[in-house]
Amino acid sequence: MAEIKLRRSLLYVPGNMPSMLQNIPIFHCDGVIIDLEDAVPLSEKDAARVLVRRFLENHTDRNKEVLVRINPLDSKWGYDDLREVLPAMPDGIRLPKADTPEIVERLDTLLTEFEEELEVPIGHFRILPSIESAQGVINCIKTARTSDRVFALAFGAEDYTASLEIERTKTGEELFHARTRVVWAAKAAGIQAIDSIFSDVNDMEGLQRETALIKTLGFTGKSLVNPRQIDVVHEIFAPKQEEVDYALQVVEAIKRAREMGTGVISLGGKMVDAPVVKRAVRVLKTAGAHGMIDIELDEEVIYGQE
Amino acid sequence: MEIRRKVQAGTMQSSDLMVFVEPAEKLIIEIESTVIKQFEHLIRAKVSEVLDRLEVTRAAVRITDRGALDYAIEARLESALRRAATEG
Repeated sequence: MAEIKLRRSLLYVPGNMPSMLQNIPIFHCDGVIIDLEDAVPLSEKDAARVLVRRFLENHTDRNKEVLVRINPLDSKWGYDDLREVLPAMPDGIRLPKADTPEIVERLDTLLTEFEEELEVPIGHFRILPSIESAQGVINCIKTARTSDRVFALAFGAEDYTASLEIERTKTGEELFHARTRVVWAAKAAGIQAIDSIFSDVNDMEGLQRETALIKTLGFTGKSLVNPRQIDVVHEIFAPKQEEVDYALQVVEAIKRAREMGTGVISLGGKMVDAPVVKRAVRVLKTAGAHGMIDIELDEEVIYGQE
Repeated sequence: MEIRRKVQAGTMQSSDLMVFVEPAEKLIIEIESTVIKQFEHLIRAKVSEVLDRLEVTRAAVRITDRGALDYAIEARLESALRRAATEG
């Protein structure tokens, strides 16, 4: 059974700050996004990409996913960012302003060319497109299916609200439709959905509320701006013990149903059928990824034989 | 690589360094560091290695180090040299 790759927390690390870069091994987030875009002043674009390259070349014993946010491909830095950092083997590229599928296709082609040049397997470098404008939201259903390299869609609320010429609020009503569309696009393509940053690092309650909301909507993770935000996000994404217990009961119940030759059974007065089982399996896989349980799920028992 | 103009690279943040490079008739290397006593020989070795690799034989290189690790010394010096080799 396919395992879930946890991407609850993707922490931004400024690309031009050695003190932050060299802490990457000790941050306990699921992944980092080393930033060459907004965190780097225009005068330092050249120096930041060299610093990131030299850091990654030395940081070979990696314990988390390493992505690099390059500058947009239509800027004068985007291509040079790729040329400099790809030889240092990041896991993937976060592509800003992924407004159209064509932009992602262009990155896909460039990555293939670099892979050939570097003699690494085609498809090695993954892509995380940032959906961060009205146009990006409209096109994200196609963007999600552009390339096998795309493992998730990332929603960027700061740029999105700027493109709508509105304020971003802490309650996020203005983001609801866009977030939902990004989740649909991702789920329909069978990939993950990563929510935007929460920029007020002193408001842990606000972060908690927002994370609970986006988890409910279907996001599987969040971009973060400060390591202090990691624990809050992990706690919200961890399955609750009672959810896990119930999921285990569901799986047991459906096994009994299979033995009796039926696909539906009652558990504590509630009907258990295929969608319920599917959700339970998802909970158990997530719990497994969190190290809460260690069980083998037998698909044939759960979903039945043909 | 030919050093054509006076440039700098890096920052004064901790774990970073500033590198100042300008044209000179010969190779001059000056190092200031918060950890000069323990690490001057290592910083100097790293600087020489990068200068050799980029074939820089004539330049004045001044470094103010704030406890940077090897990768950062290499990166900042490399950035300074690349900047110095282009027309401003």
